Amino acid sequence: MRYLPLSAEDRRAMLKTIGVRSIDDLFVDVPREALNAKIDLPRHRGELEVERLLGAMAAKNRPAGAGPFFVGAGAYRHHVPASVDHIIQRSEFLTSYTPYQPEIAQGTLQYLFEFQTQVAALLGMEVANASMYDGSTACAEAALMARRVTKRGRVVVSGGLHPHYAAVVRTNSELAGDTVSIRPLDVEGEEDLAAQIDANTSCVIVQNPDVFGNLRDFTPLAKSCAENGTLLIVVVTEAVSLGAVKSPGEMGADIAVGEGQSIGVPLNFGGPHVGLFATRQKYVRQMPGRLCGATVDAEGKRGFVLTLSTREQHIRRDKATSNICTNSGLCALAFTAHMTLLGEVGLRRMSLLSHEAACKAADALSSVPGVRLATPRFFNEFTLRLSANAAEIVEALASKGVLGGVPGGRLWPNDSEAEDLLIVAATECTTDADIADYAHALSEVL
Amino acid sequence: MKKYTEDHEWVSVEGDTATIGITEHAAGQLGDVVFVELPAVGTKFKQKGEMAVVESVKAASDVYAPVSGEVVAVNQAIADDPAKVNADPEGASWFVKIKLSSRSELDRLMDEASYRKLIG
Amino acid sequence: MAMNAQGRPTRADAATAPGPTFTGNRALQIEESLIFEREFGGTGVDLPEPKAKDRLGSMKRQSPLNLPGLSEPEAMRHYVRLSQKNYAIDMGPFPLGSCTMKHNPRLNEKMARLPGFADIHPLQPQSTVQGALELVHELADWLLELTGMPAVAMSPKAGAHGELCGMMAIKAALDARGETGRTRVLAPESAHGTNPATAAQCGFSVDDIPADETGRVDLSALKAKLGPDVAAIMVTNPNTCGLFERDIRAIADAVHEAGGYFYCDGANFNAIAGKVRPGDLGVDAMHINLHKTFSTPHGGGGPGSGPVVLSAALAPFAPVPYVVKEEGRYQLVETRRAAREDGENMHGGRLTAFHGQMGMFVRALSYMLSHGGDGIRQAAEDAVLNANYVLARLKSEMTPAFPGHCMHEALFDDSFLKGTGVETIDFAKGMIDEGYHPMTMYFPLVVHGAMLIEPTESESKQELDLFCDALLSIARRANAGDASLKGAPYFAPRRRLDETAAARNPVLRWTPTASVRAAE
Repeated sequence: MRYLPLSAEDRRAMLKTIGVRSIDDLFVDVPREALNAKIDLPRHRGELEVERLLGAMAAKNRPAGAGPFFVGAGAYRHHVPASVDHIIQRSEFLTSYTPYQPEIAQGTLQYLFEFQTQVAALLGMEVANASMYDGSTACAEAALMARRVTKRGRVVVSGGLHPHYAAVVRTNSELAGDTVSIRPLDVEGEEDLAAQIDANTSCVIVQNPDVFGNLRDFTPLAKSCAENGTLLIVVVTEAVSLGAVKSPGEMGADIAVGEGQSIGVPLNFGGPHVGLFATRQKYVRQMPGRLCGATVDAEGKRGFVLTLSTREQHIRRDKATSNICTNSGLCALAFTAHMTLLGEVGLRRMSLLSHEAACKAADALSSVPGVRLATPRFFNEFTLRLSANAAEIVEALASKGVLGGVPGGRLWPNDSEAEDLLIVAATECTTDADIADYAHALSEVL
Repeated sequence: MKKYTEDHEWVSVEGDTATIGITEHAAGQLGDVVFVELPAVGTKFKQKGEMAVVESVKAASDVYAPVSGEVVAVNQAIADDPAKVNADPEGASWFVKIKLSSRSELDRLMDEASYRKLIG
Repeated sequence: MAMNAQGRPTRADAATAPGPTFTGNRALQIEESLIFEREFGGTGVDLPEPKAKDRLGSMKRQSPLNLPGLSEPEAMRHYVRLSQKNYAIDMGPFPLGSCTMKHNPRLNEKMARLPGFADIHPLQPQSTVQGALELVHELADWLLELTGMPAVAMSPKAGAHGELCGMMAIKAALDARGETGRTRVLAPESAHGTNPATAAQCGFSVDDIPADETGRVDLSALKAKLGPDVAAIMVTNPNTCGLFERDIRAIADAVHEAGGYFYCDGANFNAIAGKVRPGDLGVDAMHINLHKTFSTPHGGGGPGSGPVVLSAALAPFAPVPYVVKEEGRYQLVETRRAAREDGENMHGGRLTAFHGQMGMFVRALSYMLSHGGDGIRQAAEDAVLNANYVLARLKSEMTPAFPGHCMHEALFDDSFLKGTGVETIDFAKGMIDEGYHPMTMYFPLVVHGAMLIEPTESESKQELDLFCDALLSIARRANAGDASLKGAPYFAPRRRLDETAAARNPVLRWTPTASVRAAE
């Protein structure tokens, strides 16, 4: 077995040093009838065989890069520079642990400090943490944090929030004993959320661009929230939008959370991704997750450490701000490395190129008979209303080699109003030919 | 009159006002104090209620109210500069002053000699 | 002869080391500034300027980002220099108890990067991702076989997330039974902090179970704490002292008899995988840290993956989504409605957007296929063997916390350091200078000055011998009154860092005026 260094002779010698006859003498505390249970699994295999088996499974999937691709709704295909993947495969990053021994983990700690700075700047907030699992869990944690800050028990969720995010919020907040009011589907982005706020409302959760792609300015809502002592949580699922679109901080968000996958991380069929979490300085002790801070060492040299750990489970236990331990370290590295290459200049270009591709796609697709653009003001994602069931159209498009977007029925299976909706995303990877192929295929299947 | 609790708080009473803090022993065990969270003036506590939080790098501890009453003053200086707790825990670095609601509760607390014995 | 006095001297001269270098660098250790301490304005990605006018109107970002962009050579150098300030498994033993730092096979990385896995979208039509769903299903089958359990929820994103999933299922099952009065969860004092934190997040109160003198759950004390208000116990097995709970069946029976559930923290499953099936021990729910037992890398703190196996009683309360196989086709069940149409009473909500950590699933299955059932068992045996070897070799100078053999990790207390002035932390930092990552220190909390050593199966005997010799030498230095350990490490990229200052005056991001001192 190529991964196990001990030889049979080593094992014998070591058992002798330990003073037992057989390995099972070390398992004496296991109930006898449970030890060495028969397990029906194949024997070990060489690399070549494993590659064949997994390669065959991979070959049954249609990768985004294999043809026209317009799927978004919370995960986006952007180009990642080759150097990013090389950096995250450096042994010192890939095979290290959470930086609990800072003297020999300055590499991880410094990039986390840089990550926190970049995330705070992108979201327009004062402080950011060292990442969460993904955008949806970051969103749920934000609602729990609002509960701690306001000591109130009702969460209002916009009808424009990604329904998976809304579901995760509901799961977590209801568990904590809160009520969660999820507003009805809001394709045009016209809901009046301020009217939903009452004296027990801990937070209002909104998304920009929303799940349908609408650009929405929540500045007035932020004002209403502030007047009522309610926190405004702004979610961003397309991090690349932050290069061109008004940030949560610019609108007056109290907590901003996001999915960072768009910058540096592949689609990965939905995970791992990287959750972004930022807030105001005054709430920092109510934040979940790890935080990296600057300090000095015994010789006065600058260095970094994990800090404010008394918020966390390994110290605060049942009174911790969250049970989170492992976060998304390596994806945070991919994010920060890609962001470091892009810089403000590169991100703005990537952002506007994605917007430009989406504008072209919207123009081309909405001119197909039976198609109406439902969201006129968008960034890189928009919603079409089709004259037919969108899920069936998406399947028909897939058989023509076009992955055309996310049908409303997939995200809101219990809402017949969503059946004719198709959410379409474009990025800098989208070519004019992709758009032309899509428009042509759509006119054929509708 | 100064009394002590098993949870390492001290309480010093003048008239019906009780000044409360953590003991020198507790401050030493905690290590460098980095954060103190104090209640708002006007908050009412029952004896043994969680009244404040004191944190070092390695630990967070609740400070319990040694006696019941209403908070009449808090020591903002230690919230602004938590290091003061280590410097003078049983003097200038008191945590809160409360208006006693039941003097008889003091009888259940330890005197200095018993506390010294407790911490050995 | 033809004399040739040209060329370089080839003998090494011994000279006294000079003071600090001009740059602050020390040969291969190169100081590296923050990216923000460079000129702003550039970019390391060649993208064209967009041609068309944008349609963003008033929604355009107003404030500048002030983020630098580095050319590719600058960026590579930045991250490579940073990487060289990290210790890693690929460099040497990383014996962090409870964390399972085993070798990360590179085949797993290669497989996870196949476009058929990495470049597919979670919301593509299911007809276009049949191979991905097959992989999830196959991995689930391996986990079920290894644990002897009937069901598994794949979506939890890490161990603690898996705990949340399992405890949610328990809460839902109790609600379904109408037993809302069960509000208390019992967990040993030695538990990972995530256990009480998770229980609290689910609205339960947490009550400690005391340990007996052998470091295990005190069965009679546990029984005394059980009652009609107990929802569950959360027990790690093997436990955080590195010991198998020998009363595990009796513990499970007692809890079940009292009407509660048994949540097993599976963080240490690597000690018994392929040897013992938790399903045979009375477990109702257990998370499996794929990043520990099945070696998807830790990556400096994530991403992880924490599938949860469930007993028949809890299976109906698993969250969506999950994969089913019908007539040779794989289907992802994503909603409660669809779940009910399946004839199941799915109660659990959604824990995360999408379907879990696919990238970690590929790596874990690659690990499992490579090891096979035989290799997984051998890995568990070697992990236990290595830990016991370390225990046997070190006990002459160091003090084991409990008598007898251990499982996959060896726990010591600090009584061998008593009176030396050296504490656990000094010992740990001394290991850094010897070229090792320290063991887990000051955990579990039930042992004074705890040192928890988990060598894993990835260490050779030769490597372990040197490691043990090095630790013994540190122990002897401590006992000989070597005060220099108090200042260790001396040879790391940084000396001990001032954590008090970091916490008193938190500087959590770079700003042009932040009081972050530049490297001297």
